[in-house]
Amino acid sequence: MGAPAALPLSMNPRSLLNLLIRNSAFRRRGPETGPVTLHRKRIFIVPTRHGLLFGLVLLLMLASSINYGLSLGFAMTFLLTGLGLVSILHTHRNLSGLTVRPGRTDPVFAGQRARFSVHLENRGRLDRLAIGLARADGEEAFCDVPAGCGAGLAVGVPAGRRGLLKAGRFSLFTRFPLGLFRAWSNLELDMSCLVYPRPEAGRVALPGLRAGQGQGAEHGAGSEDFSALRPYRHGDSPRHIAWKALAREHGVLTKQFSGAARGELWLDWDSLAGMETERRLSRLCRWVLEAHAAGASFGLRLPGRVVPPGHGEVQRRRCLEALALYGIGK
Amino acid sequence: MDHGSSQDQLLSRHNLGWLLASLVMAVAPHVPRLPPWVSVLFAAIALWRLDIARRRRPLPGKGPLLLLTALTAGGIYMSYGTLFGRNAGVAMLTAMLVLKLMEARTLRDCMVVVFIAYFLVITNFLFSQSVPTALYLLAVVLAITAALIGLNHPRGALRWAVRLRLAAALLLQAVPAMVLLFVLFPRVPGPLWGLPRDAFGGRSGLSDTMSPGSISRLGLSDEVAFRVKFAGDVPRPSELYWRGPVLWDFNGRTWSAGKPVVAEGLGFTGFGAPLRYVVTLEPDDQRWLFAIDLPASTPPGASVTADYQLLAAQPVRQRLRYDVTSYPAYRTPLRLSASDRARALRLPRQGNPRALQLAARWRAQSRSDEEIVSKALAMFHDAPFFYTLNPPLLGANPVDGFLFGSRSGFCEHYAGSFAFLMRAAGIPARVVTGYQGGEINPLGGYLIVRQADAHAWVEVWLKGRGWVRVDPTAAVAPQRVESGIATALPASDIIPGLLSERTPWLRELRMSWDAVNNGWNQWILGYNQQRQLVLLSRLWQRPASWQELGLTLAAAMGALLLGLGGLTLWRTRVGRETGISAIYGKFCTKTARLGMKRRPSEGPADFARRIARRRPDLAEQAALISGLYIRLRYGQGAKKEEVQRLRQMVRGFPGRRV
Repeated sequence: MGAPAALPLSMNPRSLLNLLIRNSAFRRRGPETGPVTLHRKRIFIVPTRHGLLFGLVLLLMLASSINYGLSLGFAMTFLLTGLGLVSILHTHRNLSGLTVRPGRTDPVFAGQRARFSVHLENRGRLDRLAIGLARADGEEAFCDVPAGCGAGLAVGVPAGRRGLLKAGRFSLFTRFPLGLFRAWSNLELDMSCLVYPRPEAGRVALPGLRAGQGQGAEHGAGSEDFSALRPYRHGDSPRHIAWKALAREHGVLTKQFSGAARGELWLDWDSLAGMETERRLSRLCRWVLEAHAAGASFGLRLPGRVVPPGHGEVQRRRCLEALALYGIGK
Repeated sequence: MDHGSSQDQLLSRHNLGWLLASLVMAVAPHVPRLPPWVSVLFAAIALWRLDIARRRRPLPGKGPLLLLTALTAGGIYMSYGTLFGRNAGVAMLTAMLVLKLMEARTLRDCMVVVFIAYFLVITNFLFSQSVPTALYLLAVVLAITAALIGLNHPRGALRWAVRLRLAAALLLQAVPAMVLLFVLFPRVPGPLWGLPRDAFGGRSGLSDTMSPGSISRLGLSDEVAFRVKFAGDVPRPSELYWRGPVLWDFNGRTWSAGKPVVAEGLGFTGFGAPLRYVVTLEPDDQRWLFAIDLPASTPPGASVTADYQLLAAQPVRQRLRYDVTSYPAYRTPLRLSASDRARALRLPRQGNPRALQLAARWRAQSRSDEEIVSKALAMFHDAPFFYTLNPPLLGANPVDGFLFGSRSGFCEHYAGSFAFLMRAAGIPARVVTGYQGGEINPLGGYLIVRQADAHAWVEVWLKGRGWVRVDPTAAVAPQRVESGIATALPASDIIPGLLSERTPWLRELRMSWDAVNNGWNQWILGYNQQRQLVLLSRLWQRPASWQELGLTLAAAMGALLLGLGGLTLWRTRVGRETGISAIYGKFCTKTARLGMKRRPSEGPADFARRIARRRPDLAEQAALISGLYIRLRYGQGAKKEEVQRLRQMVRGFPGRRV
């Protein structure tokens, strides 16, 4: 926990308060790498709105029992009071001792939702039920983690801009079993999601092929030489979707063309002179997708970074990553 | 393993079923007390709500619901004349409960329904606090808590056994806190606000009037009137005349008490050893504190009247314990004031001519008042009079009709007509009502007096002797006074509750049950501020104060929560054997024994490949174990069965060099 071992005697109340806050559940720890085990000191618990309402109902019950002299009314009021108190322990315990580790995060395009996932492991002997994961924007996801088992949870976060999207602060929380109290622990795992630029929309032509046959996208980009169908991937041009196959309920498939594979395509930053940076990246992103969809061998040239020509999934990812991180110190 | 993106999920049919079942359980005991239409409304709306959930139809809008609520409130006002008070309040709560369910869309909306249901459970105690009621309502609380747990699990997919087990565990753990609070929480004597007029309605018992049929009606009830613990031996049954209302005024049909006159001091001389005993009176919403003829002490706050009735300051609305001393042998003052004499001789101007004639004849034939009394008793004894709970109806002259016509009646007929004859003969007389006898519970060593023991007798004023008790019923059915009502009545009159008198094992069972009830009443229901302070003073060996009570309670609750908290933390500790990593660790220990130690940097998959190269015979096993481990450890969720399978596979892996 890294709490200072010795407290200076001359500490003023304010810095003492700061120290307490730093050691409490509110403490901002900064991103943590690796697995985090939720122990007692990290878990915070407060009554929910319904918990407060329950307290009010208990007061009403107590008043009625006094007024009517109901001995069993007292007994039941006190039983429910005990129930509420015991539920604090249960709710707290439901979270205590869980181990959280960051899960895999797949890259997304700007404008989509990044899905951050965490993996929970319950090495204790008790089942943990209704564990929730939430971010400040309110999306919640729930799972059960049986004793000795693990479970995964993922929540979406809107990815607005390209680059590396930090996971930020999550809270792992639970209201189980009675919903009267909410226990939570703030988590800032060292997780980030790669956000590709948003591909430019509308009709975008691929630049002409350099070297070789000089065949340009305008000349069909090998469109005539339809070779195969493959499953649709995000970013594929709608023009290449096999609509007939879709109509026959074969699923969404993208047509691949062999014609373009023959040429070598350079997607060049400099060919888009005069455009604003993000629009350029957006256009380049679209080109990468189109070129990949067409099965072409393509290279990417950015100021200070050149991705040599290649093709296939790896090349697509390498290029998109270069675009996503352009101008951002890694 | 995502359960969905938000906890504000729609109420599932499964959850709704649970919720409705627990609500029905909470409302059920109220059904006989509610106007039938409220029960029908409850059932109809519950079925409607189920139908909506089954067909996935939208809930009704705000407008119709508001209208329905207003109509219901109006209906309850029409039925009761109010919306508040005990009965109307329960009807309102019942209706609100089910109407709230009609607008509860999400799981968490339903939490409010659950809270109302808890409150409805507590209202049942207004009507009964018996042991069976308490057990039943405990089951209801369990069901409601199980429903509440279901509401707090996303999708409400919790199995019923899990819910019930968890609810039972929670309630069980809440018991220590309940006991502490029950014993130590400072009790404030109520009421905090005015009690509604109907708060204690519907209780049977004696009243300040007596007319033919009013006591025989009680004869059918085996409800307990009060229980008595004697300091010494229990007196003979014929001494057990429990004095209640004294009735002076007769209007031709009904005897009534008139306004009680509070006396100063005792006003009689007692002989012999006094009886000391403690009475625990069931609330009857009347002021009489029953005591053996004649009471020589007044419990605190009570007063005694000139005709020896003990009266509480307020109608008794809670079970009341009081100490009394009585002298079964006594002599009242020998002077009777003129106004009392006139009142004790007054008869209606008309009616019952034959009885008047008979009394005049006795007066003419007798030399003393005592002789007239004997003549009257002899008539009851010798003429064919019958003692029965079901006397025929009497006409315009009830005394004549009884004495010369039907000749069968209950104690009020005998006492009433006897007092009438005495007054007609010029002897001052009054009717005393109360209870006679009682049943000894050998298990608890106390006496039970039931409503069926209600009785009426007469006091006549004799020169030189004062007021003397005369029980004309004893002349007709001496067993009534000697051994109780059940033996005195003809077999055809016996009521089920008293049947046990004639079957010993049933009687024993009844006595054990009453002993349980007595303990329950004394220690649980009767635990009030006074008993709390007495108990704690006895525990601490010195007087307890409120402040100490509060501090003790706070300390005890703190200790309890710390203890429970420690216990739960101990239970959350990491299981040594259960973790997936621990199982894999065991696998690595086994391979190390075979000479293949896993390097710290080596991933499970690489390690498995290395094992396969070194020991091709173990390749398949190692690959299976590693594959499952990787999937369980890093995959999305592990099932219990899979963890078990991993454990078995590791167990089956050879651990010794061959």
